[in-house]
Amino acid sequence: MAKWMSVAQVKEKIKESSAEEVTARYLELIGKSKINGYVTVSDKALEQAKKIDAEGHDGPLAGVPIAIKDNISVAGLPNSCGSKILEGYIPPFNAHVIEKLLAAGAVILGKTNMDEFAMGSSTETSHFGPSANPWDLERIPGGSSGGSAAVVAAGEAPFALGSDTGGSVRCPAAFCGVVGLKPTHGAVSRYGVVAYANSLEQVGPLANNVEDIAVLMDVIAGYDRRDSTSIESKTEYQKALVDDIKDLKIGVPKEFFGEGIHPDVEKAVWDAIHKYESLGASWEEVSMPNIKYALASYYIIAMSEAASNLARFDGTRHGLRANGENWHAMVSKTRAEGFGTETKRRILLGTYALSAGYHDKYYLKALKVRTLVKQDFDKALSKVNLLMAPTTPNPAFKIGEKIEDPLTLYLSDVNTCPINLAGLSSISVPCGFTDGLPIGLQIIGKPFDEPSVLRAAYTFEQNTDYHTKRPPEVA
Amino acid sequence: MITKEDVEHIGWLARIEISEQETVEYMEKLNSVLEYFGQLDELPTEDIDPTYHVAEVYNVFREDEVEECLPQETVLVNTENKQDGAFRVPKIG
Repeated sequence: MAKWMSVAQVKEKIKESSAEEVTARYLELIGKSKINGYVTVSDKALEQAKKIDAEGHDGPLAGVPIAIKDNISVAGLPNSCGSKILEGYIPPFNAHVIEKLLAAGAVILGKTNMDEFAMGSSTETSHFGPSANPWDLERIPGGSSGGSAAVVAAGEAPFALGSDTGGSVRCPAAFCGVVGLKPTHGAVSRYGVVAYANSLEQVGPLANNVEDIAVLMDVIAGYDRRDSTSIESKTEYQKALVDDIKDLKIGVPKEFFGEGIHPDVEKAVWDAIHKYESLGASWEEVSMPNIKYALASYYIIAMSEAASNLARFDGTRHGLRANGENWHAMVSKTRAEGFGTETKRRILLGTYALSAGYHDKYYLKALKVRTLVKQDFDKALSKVNLLMAPTTPNPAFKIGEKIEDPLTLYLSDVNTCPINLAGLSSISVPCGFTDGLPIGLQIIGKPFDEPSVLRAAYTFEQNTDYHTKRPPEVA
Repeated sequence: MITKEDVEHIGWLARIEISEQETVEYMEKLNSVLEYFGQLDELPTEDIDPTYHVAEVYNVFREDEVEECLPQETVLVNTENKQDGAFRVPKIG
């Protein structure tokens, strides 16, 4: 059995052999893993596959294995969010996206490593330690959905689900040389996904090719009334897979090629834009003057929402509980023991930004800047169909290189977080290498214009071979 | 600039116990991030409305109908600290 298979190839294999055999093969690969991508391997995966073999299933993913980020609830499997505070917690219910996947016949292989509560760009803030980048085991895979990206890149799952609050699907996709989509805010239900920052985050797919992203979106997207930010949409994702971009106008925002960008990243992205030009698209530079304020605005909003969301981890209902002489002491000790340093920093900063006397200076100010950032995108996307830019200004960095200085780490999100502020759709596709490390091209579209984003990504893939390269260290 | 006392106060508001030594560490790291946030001050925003949420959805209502939910014993399955169908916690004060 080939190590890296597309979903279509997996389905073919299941027909030739069985879902059980295919799942067993993936479990064998996971057993030999060098990347610490999974934090839980499901003990029910084989059983699930056998059931599909025995009873038959006519769903679009019948017997196809998938990996799930550890902040998306799967009934019966731990949901740690990479945190000690959720030690021992096993959700008794499925997230909306898991209900959809199971109904489609997918087999859950396990839960993947992540930065604690999705707060990070490297998986280093995980209670379980960092995952390794399959392209260089001494480097981080990106984050926060680093485990999901790493297992897909290493062939330990055909595809995976992650979540993206400020780049957490696209950053690891770029660093691991896979494809990752952040859907429009509201396109995919967040029910059963542990909240970090509600107004910014979306569940998103990671895969080795654009087609598999569309296959997964057709399964998981759709309205769910249990998520009050869910939006009804009739988008058909696989229909967008057309190898033709002749009518397409591309905008290149120069602010996304700022100071500190790696010259090879800049070159690879421009090469990609010129590739589109050679295929019949046109491009023009656009200016977005407020983008330089997006990172600060994003972090203030994300931390403020996090301070509120993470209040629920108080030792009362699940996970860790420390001893304390009264309720306040129990909660304060539980949270001191259970949360890691970066999570605590963000809760403290968010609490400060929302506190009396500072609310207007930080939180309200950030929300106003968000309006300006959104206006910049609205204006640019009224003139062009899509924007293109580097997903990250640099390739994957070494484990331990940036973890001590929060600001340096936050800068990894500089090109991805503006898209979350504005609620747009955006994909990262492999577009080159520097010293053996993958580079990601970010394609940005209007809300619910995933069809244009996917069409552009698919066309690029049909006319280049970056997505066919595999990491030699795990081959 | 936030002081040691500020860090202690925020720690109390957020219900996270912080040791003496940690207070100093947090103060330094938090101040460097706050200094970065300060760049927003240079942007005039008096006449700009805040964007709390990008989607144009407001007040999502549904009919108030009784539906099936998780049974009480299932809700309590993730804790040892329970009594008479409720979560048990230490007294507040």
